[in-house]
Amino acid sequence: MIPLIVFFACALLAVASAVTLILAREPIHSALSLINVMVALAILYLLLGAEFISAVQIIVYAGAIMVLFVFVIMLLNAGVEERTDYSKLAKYAGLPLGFFLLIEIARWMYGSSAGSTIANGAGAITGAVSTRDLSSELFRQYLFNFEATSLLILIAILGALVLARKNQ
Amino acid sequence: MGFISEHSVLVASLIKVAVLLFIVMTALAYLTWFERKVVAHIQSRWGPYYVGAHGLLQPLADGLKFLFKEDLTPPASDKLVYVLAPFLALSLSLTAIALIPFGPPNLRLFGQPLFVVSNIDIGLLFLFAITSMGVYGVALAGWSSNSKYPLLGGLRSSAQMISYEVSLTISVVGVLLLAGSLNFNSIIEGPQGQGGYWLHFVPKWNVFPQIIGFLCYLTAAVAETNRIPFDLPEAETELVAGFHTEYSSFKFAMFFMAEYANMITVSCLATILFFGGWLSPFPETWRWQLYLPGAGLIALGIYCAYDAATRMRGLARLQLSVVTVLALGIGAVCLLPMVAPYVQGPFWFTAKILVFLFFYVWVRGTLPRFRYDQLMSFGWKLLLPVSLANLVVTAAVIVFVTRHA
Repeated sequence: MIPLIVFFACALLAVASAVTLILAREPIHSALSLINVMVALAILYLLLGAEFISAVQIIVYAGAIMVLFVFVIMLLNAGVEERTDYSKLAKYAGLPLGFFLLIEIARWMYGSSAGSTIANGAGAITGAVSTRDLSSELFRQYLFNFEATSLLILIAILGALVLARKNQ
Repeated sequence: MGFISEHSVLVASLIKVAVLLFIVMTALAYLTWFERKVVAHIQSRWGPYYVGAHGLLQPLADGLKFLFKEDLTPPASDKLVYVLAPFLALSLSLTAIALIPFGPPNLRLFGQPLFVVSNIDIGLLFLFAITSMGVYGVALAGWSSNSKYPLLGGLRSSAQMISYEVSLTISVVGVLLLAGSLNFNSIIEGPQGQGGYWLHFVPKWNVFPQIIGFLCYLTAAVAETNRIPFDLPEAETELVAGFHTEYSSFKFAMFFMAEYANMITVSCLATILFFGGWLSPFPETWRWQLYLPGAGLIALGIYCAYDAATRMRGLARLQLSVVTVLALGIGAVCLLPMVAPYVQGPFWFTAKILVFLFFYVWVRGTLPRFRYDQLMSFGWKLLLPVSLANLVVTAAVIVFVTRHA
């Protein structure tokens, strides 16, 4: 019972924050909404028994990346967003198409096995995945992918440095 | 009744949270008293003296003052974020304490572990998750005040906390490699719980193999709590009061409490990771240590009685007598053979934390503030490489030893 309440509360929080993220005109408010989404998602991961992922979600996204976002917004002292006239296309085609996509995803989730697994997991914690299991999978079976990803991130950091360096 | 038996964990957790909150709030209040007293004595002053005996009622008076002051909100501020920031800072720093085990997990009352609110498998990661969010309180306070100095303070704090969080996290990974677990109780019981003592009396604390990691942790922890010499977000000589310049009344008090709660959290973490947490530093065969908590309290009571009798006058004498009676009474209860094993964990844990808190105050009373560029170059060019090197060496030694053992 209690996990279900927590699930719906966090799901509602995540969706509502995602909507305010788009609608808010102050950049900091948008950033705060995004943090809300991250934290709500972390709690949902926790309900699914993924403790490690949940903690890492908060540490990496909410604790590091979003701090940088907030830092940059504050540093640039970004003002209130200006609203242009709403695009007609977005209004008359975007919204219905969005709803259509939502319904399609819901229909697919309802029928598929992945959807029912997630739905069952959200109600009752079926046993947490330990950090040890996760790391042995990551560093044995998926070692190559892991190292390739880290190399990619390193290249991205170097690229950012090169791009950000002032021309001398 | 059905609800209670069905959700016994929930009910027990709520009760423990309430008790812990009360204890932590009192501890926070008296930590301010402790800090003012110690800094005063470092600077050859008396510190708080007039409100209660030895200024013991000063925290209460301060709290009342904060409550009754006018709560100003700057008209140009962002109201929602302005109110949210202090709540965020305080609630996050208090949440972190719920993960700390104050005593052995096998001591139970009504089937519930007595000394920890939540003993989860990845306790350390969760603690880092919560404390990494703590920066928002400071940063958002600086931004929402819509004023120059707070904004600079908020900027500095987010830059500083990102920089030092990296070193803080990496400096404890060495301990995690030694313990092979993220659970606080496993880390505590790891090396020492197997009966490990060098020369039969030096406990096998993690601090000895991980002395470099410990020094890195200690430095980064002072920076994470925004205290002197790393208090650049506040820096009263440069930024008035930094991020909380525009805050008054109880919202200011909440930032104040959050800072002290963070101090307690990082001290708890240092104790758990490097100094064996709630374990006694003495071998179990030394039976007399069971009576140490009670004896210590009774000694305190006798000192208070002596003080009240010789130096205090009037109301102060009465107040000190109350302290005396409390100390003697609790001390006597702690001496009872059925109670003594229960108070061991909390006693040693508190004693170790107090050493760290004293260290914090000592540093504050001694060191000048860093310049901003010094802060950044120290964090990135010295602390981070050293903690990384410590991690690499620890990992190499562990691999080498386990391969050849």
